[in-house]
Amino acid sequence: MKQDPIIHVENLDIGYDRKVIMRNLSFDIPKGDIFIIMGGSGCGKSTLLRTLTGLIPAQSGRIFIQGVEMSAASLDEKLEIMKHSGILYQSGALFSSMTLAENVALPLQQYTPYSQDKIDQIVSFKLALVGLAGYEDYYPSEISGGMCKRAGLARALALDPEIVYFDEPSAGLDPVSSKNLDDLILEINKTLGTTIIVVTHELPSIFAIAKHSIFLDKSVQTISAEGNPKDLLKNPPNNQVYEFLTRGASHEKRAK
Amino acid sequence: MVEFKIKGNSVSILLSGVLDGTKCIDAPVQVLHHKKISLTGKDIVSWNTDFVVELFTLLKRVPKENITYSGLPEGMERLLELAFQNPYKDQKNAQEKSSFLECIGNWGICFWRSVEKGCAFIHQCLSSWGRQLTGVAVYRKKDFWMVLADCGPKAILIVSLISFMVGLILAFVGALQLKTFGAQVYVASLVTIGMTRIMGAIMTGIIMAGRTGASYAATIGTMQVNEELDALQTMGISRTDFLVLPRMNALLLSMPILILLSDIMGILGGCFVCVLFWDIPLVEYIKYTLNSFDLTNFLVGVFHGVVFGFVIAVCGCYFGVHCGRNADSVGTATTNAVVYAIVWMIIMTGLITLLCERIGI
Repeated sequence: MKQDPIIHVENLDIGYDRKVIMRNLSFDIPKGDIFIIMGGSGCGKSTLLRTLTGLIPAQSGRIFIQGVEMSAASLDEKLEIMKHSGILYQSGALFSSMTLAENVALPLQQYTPYSQDKIDQIVSFKLALVGLAGYEDYYPSEISGGMCKRAGLARALALDPEIVYFDEPSAGLDPVSSKNLDDLILEINKTLGTTIIVVTHELPSIFAIAKHSIFLDKSVQTISAEGNPKDLLKNPPNNQVYEFLTRGASHEKRAK
Repeated sequence: MVEFKIKGNSVSILLSGVLDGTKCIDAPVQVLHHKKISLTGKDIVSWNTDFVVELFTLLKRVPKENITYSGLPEGMERLLELAFQNPYKDQKNAQEKSSFLECIGNWGICFWRSVEKGCAFIHQCLSSWGRQLTGVAVYRKKDFWMVLADCGPKAILIVSLISFMVGLILAFVGALQLKTFGAQVYVASLVTIGMTRIMGAIMTGIIMAGRTGASYAATIGTMQVNEELDALQTMGISRTDFLVLPRMNALLLSMPILILLSDIMGILGGCFVCVLFWDIPLVEYIKYTLNSFDLTNFLVGVFHGVVFGFVIAVCGCYFGVHCGRNADSVGTATTNAVVYAIVWMIIMTGLITLLCERIGI
């Protein structure tokens, strides 16, 4: 029997104020998947992510997360879903006045009844999971950008979420740090079974980690391709997807 | 259940049964640091991440090459491998506590450095202002009009309201005392002299420090966080000319006008109390106001305003330019800008009063 998707999106329109950026988006994200939302700059990838995480309201359509329809959910239901979701922002979004340990401990102090000792243990473990064992007392300004992102990931993982969203995780990282972060995403997905949703346009990352993907096409204002990126590269459904996945090579040229 | 077997340099940890992490591990941590650890699983019924967290806490300082796994559930082994991927970095050394004398010395050094930095900044501002007169220092006129609009017309309402209330309070309190001598009509003189000489300038200064000085510090501080100040510097554009000069000019221009407004509103506030509450005829109030109005007092008030404008602009821009590179620093810069501006305004008021006393005005 086919498992229910962890996220189900139905005829979703997204945008800001009254301006619609993408129309009629429908897709499913299976549990334990690594799902990539890809597309060119300014096509609405981050807007879709912000809509999925509830930061901005959908213009129309429905989003089901773990079977709960978000627009009809009560505040308690939404809070419960947020507790089971983690988000890693482009910059890491760590609180600069707090140490890494305090940053990671924040959701645990907010939502769990654990003692401070227990929280300290969990914080050390989560930092170790992202390769920052022993960095508890460092401030964000004292570590590199890549380390900030990993610390942000440790905070996103603090409550053992079932879904983790990544907004442009490779942005601003050197190729080695970017690859290390991709490896970490794969490890977390494999080890913890976490569903990973990534917004990116970095091709090496897309090919390294994606199981499924959707391609947002600015010209038609909707999803123009869906599937594994490697399969999409082999059989591109349209020129935009082929150009995107080959960094600008023309589909017609390939056909010749 | 967790069993420890220590044999020479190696420790065997046998895991079995239910491993739910409720303090089921109890071993002296120091014993394990330099040993070979063998983690063996046998008949494990169930486990959870709480247990893995406890196990990690116990073994976190053991190098990963000293740990071997056998018979553990796949998920648990992967989780431990991931957690031990990098060696544990020793915690930062806690800063050594300074003695009392060292604290005083450090404070003195910091104070002297900040005095030096402050003087250098004032020197930059004054030379930039001088360069402006010779046409060397340039800035975008659009920026000047924008900041002028912000610290001029947009401040009129708040300055009017506060000054009206101050005039009103001054008249009310003054009349209460003067009534005992039957001299409440002199309230008009009290309010006029008080507002024109000093109160109008001080109230306007405090409002503008909180409103405009804070805004300068926050705007320039955020530019520092976004590396916009670095961009200006690498383009060879003087940040004093480009950012400080238009703000300073705008305040130097708007402060005297706002002080004039403040004086008028304060006198109107006094009039309101006198006419409505103390039954002083309007004509009498106007007569005493005109009699006690002195151009010298008014000009001293306006001079205060020009000095305060300079102080507010310098404090706001100084703390913005010297802001750190995180959100916290912007808050600190804004607070410092307001506090220092108010403190320096009071100091300058004292100095101007002494100066006026010396020259007999």
